[in-house]
Amino acid sequence: MGIVDVANLKKSYGEIVAVDDISFSIEKGEIFGFLGPNGAGKTSTINMMIGLSRPTSGQIIIDGIDAIKNIKKVQRIIGIVPDENNLYDEMNGFDNLCFCASLYGISIKEREKRAMELLEQFNLTKAGKRPFKTYSKGMKRKLTIAAGIIHNPKILFLDEPTTGIDIESARQIRELILDLKKQGKTIFITTHYIEEAERICDRIAFIVNGKIVKIGTVTELMESVEREHKIRLQLDRSIKDIKEELENNIENCRVEIPEENSCLVISKERIALSPILQLLDSKGISVYEAKEIKPSLEDVFVKVTGIEASKLKKEKEKVGK
Amino acid sequence: MQTLIAFWNILRKDIENYYLKPPNISWGIIFPLSWTLMQLIRSQGDIGIEELLSGLMAMSVLFGTTSMLAVTITFERRSRSFDRLLIAPISISTLVIAKILGAILFGILNAFVPVIFAAFFINLSGINWGITLAAVILIAITSALLGLLIAVSAKEVFEAQTFSNFFRFPMLFLCGLFIPIDKLPVILKPISFCLPLTYGTDILNGAITGNSIFNAIFNISVMLVFTTLLFYLCLRNIKTKWIL
Repeated sequence: MGIVDVANLKKSYGEIVAVDDISFSIEKGEIFGFLGPNGAGKTSTINMMIGLSRPTSGQIIIDGIDAIKNIKKVQRIIGIVPDENNLYDEMNGFDNLCFCASLYGISIKEREKRAMELLEQFNLTKAGKRPFKTYSKGMKRKLTIAAGIIHNPKILFLDEPTTGIDIESARQIRELILDLKKQGKTIFITTHYIEEAERICDRIAFIVNGKIVKIGTVTELMESVEREHKIRLQLDRSIKDIKEELENNIENCRVEIPEENSCLVISKERIALSPILQLLDSKGISVYEAKEIKPSLEDVFVKVTGIEASKLKKEKEKVGK
Repeated sequence: MQTLIAFWNILRKDIENYYLKPPNISWGIIFPLSWTLMQLIRSQGDIGIEELLSGLMAMSVLFGTTSMLAVTITFERRSRSFDRLLIAPISISTLVIAKILGAILFGILNAFVPVIFAAFFINLSGINWGITLAAVILIAITSALLGLLIAVSAKEVFEAQTFSNFFRFPMLFLCGLFIPIDKLPVILKPISFCLPLTYGTDILNGAITGNSIFNAIFNISVMLVFTTLLFYLCLRNIKTKWIL
């Protein structure tokens, strides 16, 4: 049993099924990611886990507590960072943090101390006295994350933590998330950034149309799909004229020519370089570079979900705007 | 203790962020004052300030509580800052009481603006202040709960304002403030007795002028029933409409 156990969770809005019978478990101290396009069911799942939405059916157990029956007990040990920066515009950063801490019954002395510490940790000390509405997007995001951890929760839910912010702020937030993991927090994160999931998550679940289609560590996910070995060769001229000859001479390989002076040798088995090099040499073609092309998580995602990575990127751009 | 800290801070935040803002303070003073003057000018001295006082107080409470609460909650829902309160480890009942208490206090203060104004012109020593205060508090509570009920149904701030007026104005004309209930058309009389403001105004009338339809204990009991009903209706609606 993990610190979070979700079993056969389902959420329907009339005839629309937002989350369709999903099950997963999160281990204590790990960063678990939900990766999927907009409308895949990521936020619907998070909302059911934090008590903002009622499941149609299924079970959610968080730290041994039934989250559907005792959500208020669960809310005491979880921290939530929603996909929108929903702090109070008119209040300054420090007061916003103190107010969020007060909702968890933290005494005035303790919440002021904690707010100061977090402002410092998030590089927002100077901005602490400014109204929240004057913050940049990145600063707003950081303060919203600080508000989510002000009560020192065991488990943190982060819904799209880096969506719509600049590269530097996103990098800082990813570092903060990794720091929180080092402090022993369990983190559930939803994202549609493949690189982000790959970089910070211990385990990832691909979610599409309300269903988890694949779940595992990055390595496990990579190994789960049929892998092709690819070697890119950088040459001194085009090999269009000898492509067929090359394919006939190397066993179980096919050759693609993506650019004029390069070629891709693709095989289901490991590729031995020497016969290729010998053949090319005999034809008077020099090889400047040979590089193995490893599959990325993006390739795995596309293969497993059938969703083109470009679709996710377009969504990313839309949200960013 | 933890619940109390959360409760007090929600209340304090609302008072500081909404009710103590200059536009609201001026609204709280100008609105009752202008209604008092309007009524005095319109009656051309036929109606005394004492007769107007209960109506003006009831109206000030009604507008003071409903206008602010419905708008602020809809605004917080829209910006999703209200979600912070829903996911806090406090019960929905605590949250509802904390949210409406600011509006109740604002409404009570509004109610006494016409009283301060009247004190310059007439002797108010004959008024039963204990009953008057009880009536003001009960009107403020029921009005705040009605405001919350509107906020649960509205998605946009303008919707909250429209819905507020949709029930406030008919209520004003049917509760016996402008037209005595016995002079209302037969078809409207039952509606009048279904409105909490009718009983609140009747308590005020009894405490200020000595003329009332029902006795104070009956009126207070009915107001308490309305309070309980509205409170549970608000809780039920929040649970079904906000936690989907």
